[in-house]
Amino acid sequence: MAIPLKYNVRNLFVRKITTGLTVLGIGLVVAVFLSVMSLSEGLARVFKASGSTRNVLVLRQNSQSEVQSGISRNQVPLILTLPGIEKNIDGNPLASSELVVMLNLKKIDGGASNVTLRGISEKSPLLRPQFKLIEGRMFSPGLSEVIVSRSISERFKNCRLGDTIHFGVYKWKVVGIFDAGGTAPDSEIWTDVEGAMNSFKRPSYSSVLVRTTDKASRDQFIAALAGDPRLALEGKVERVYYDEQTSTAAPIKFFGIFIGVIMAIGAGFGAMNTMYAAVSTRTKEIAMLRVLGFSRLAILTSFIVEALCLALLGGLLGCLLGILTVELALSGVTGTTNFTTFSEVVFAFRLTPKILLTGIILSLFIGLFGGILPATQAAFTKIILALRQIE
Amino acid sequence: MTNPLIIVENIVKKYHRGAEELTVLNSLNFTVYEGEFVALMGPSGSGKTTLLNLIAGIDRPNSGYIFVGKDEISALSEDKLAEWRSRHIGFIFQTYNLIPVLTAFENVELPLLLTPLGKSERRKHVEIALSIVGLADRMSHYPRQLSGGQEQRVAIARAIVTDPTLLMADEPTGDLDAKSAEEVLILLERLNSEFKKTIIIVTHDPKAAARASRLVRLEKGILKEDIPTESLDSARFAEAASVFVEARPK
Ligand SMILES: Nc1ncnc2c1ncn2[C@@H]1O[C@H](COP(=O)(O)OP(=O)(O)OP(=O)(O)O)[C@@H](O)[C@H]1O
Ligand SMILES: [Mg+2]
Repeated sequence: MAIPLKYNVRNLFVRKITTGLTVLGIGLVVAVFLSVMSLSEGLARVFKASGSTRNVLVLRQNSQSEVQSGISRNQVPLILTLPGIEKNIDGNPLASSELVVMLNLKKIDGGASNVTLRGISEKSPLLRPQFKLIEGRMFSPGLSEVIVSRSISERFKNCRLGDTIHFGVYKWKVVGIFDAGGTAPDSEIWTDVEGAMNSFKRPSYSSVLVRTTDKASRDQFIAALAGDPRLALEGKVERVYYDEQTSTAAPIKFFGIFIGVIMAIGAGFGAMNTMYAAVSTRTKEIAMLRVLGFSRLAILTSFIVEALCLALLGGLLGCLLGILTVELALSGVTGTTNFTTFSEVVFAFRLTPKILLTGIILSLFIGLFGGILPATQAAFTKIILALRQIE
Repeated sequence: MTNPLIIVENIVKKYHRGAEELTVLNSLNFTVYEGEFVALMGPSGSGKTTLLNLIAGIDRPNSGYIFVGKDEISALSEDKLAEWRSRHIGFIFQTYNLIPVLTAFENVELPLLLTPLGKSERRKHVEIALSIVGLADRMSHYPRQLSGGQEQRVAIARAIVTDPTLLMADEPTGDLDAKSAEEVLILLERLNSEFKKTIIIVTHDPKAAARASRLVRLEKGILKEDIPTESLDSARFAEAASVFVEARPK
């Protein structure tokens, strides 16, 4: 049987100040790490939640995003004749030709940012089941009216119901507010596609969104599209398209892990210092335990466990601080720039149980890093010399 | 009382201090019989602690043999020795060496954690050990809440709780006032006479040595005198012991 855990825990509480400072250090590291990871998770979630696996987004070949794509009016009927497209009750194909334009709008709390204006057809809401009008009414085509997502309306000037959005020479009246359940349209403003093409003098659409009946017909449609040399278009599963946009979150995640590791090494050295002090003040005690017959492995384990307990306290504090930071300081929606389309993306910081668990694991790694050398030193205590040592 | 329990044969123990080589024990032979209470005396630096540590399996000789019971402990590896100590040795230190963050009960329980005993059996053993040393009512006290004499008695309870083959003590009364020292000595004497424990203590205190059944004197690593204490009259005993008292550096 091993040296009892209470021996380690009580020793941690004996050294209140050193333990407290070490725990605080580890706690802060974990809290910062959690905040960055929750930002990355919040971003990833916007894109992950977006897009159906049955919808296919038709873009010009090799375009990274809808903004770079273009589909001329006369290509659309050809697309609609391709196999695999689901038919509406009225027998028309379920597809929507859309235009995407970037508007640079002023934020309520200062500064400006790009926001996606999407020209849609009457089929668009059918293709996006999360879409819900929550205030006002749908825009009337041709009247320069728009509906705005709730989070955009809360964060940008002149975007509330009844306001008029000015952009260059254009003016749009906000007649409705919608919610897209955390998916990509939550960062968009919608108007009718023909009106938008007129206003911006755009001869072609950006994309065509198509609903297919099932997986087989979806693959059939994508293959048919790719195989048609007249079109030079490609079809991407909508979900995959948005997953690719998640690359916005990837650098943030990388950054989070990077600073997490750097700071964790710092905190690890702090823990190591604390553990070395613990071992050297208890050398005689360790020698006594060895005389009683406890093995070197038992001593090693005991001090590693002590370091892990120390770090775990830090990890728990970090989780608490992280939750407080995210819930209080960073609560509500926030925006950042999607690096592919340079448009504003609305998301919320997300502290999932999985992220909290990563924080705890990080703290345990800090403990292991800080504990292993002092514990090894403890395990190889020279019994005879330590017993001769006068306190 | 006739069976030899410890046989030390031709042991040599050397220490290295830098390039210097110091021979502390030089071809020492020494036998302890079952049930003996041996007092090891001698001037400071004569090698008493060294010999005690060798017999307790805490240290290993450069050459020679040490048998305890059937085991040749001089042949055991470091890990085997640790395991052997847990079964056969109860060690009492001059500075008690209790763990400050554990209660008297938990300190005494420590050696039992190395045995297969279950929780309730361990409790029974600890309670018995603490009542032998007269501290059954102090089980939940921490060492800092005990006097030096009580701490040393808890340490003795820890040493006897596994019912070891041998009790070893290195100046067990060295840090105690006269009254506490007396109590500890009476306790050791009782463990020897009543519980038939074989005991070896290192001491500078003639009062302590007088409790023993046999007095062994070391000088510069060589056995100088080996006498049963009952053969000593008080005057001769005081004379023998005074050498050690003078030799004790303060
Ligand atoms: N680890 C060591 N390295 C070098 N020399 C040592 C070591 N341990 C003990 N010695 C030396 O060995 C000799 C014997 O030491 P030991 O502790 O056995 O003496 P002792 O009889 O117990 O003395 P005391 O009465 O002071 O406790 C001393 O000269 C001591 O300085
Ligand atoms: Mg000594």
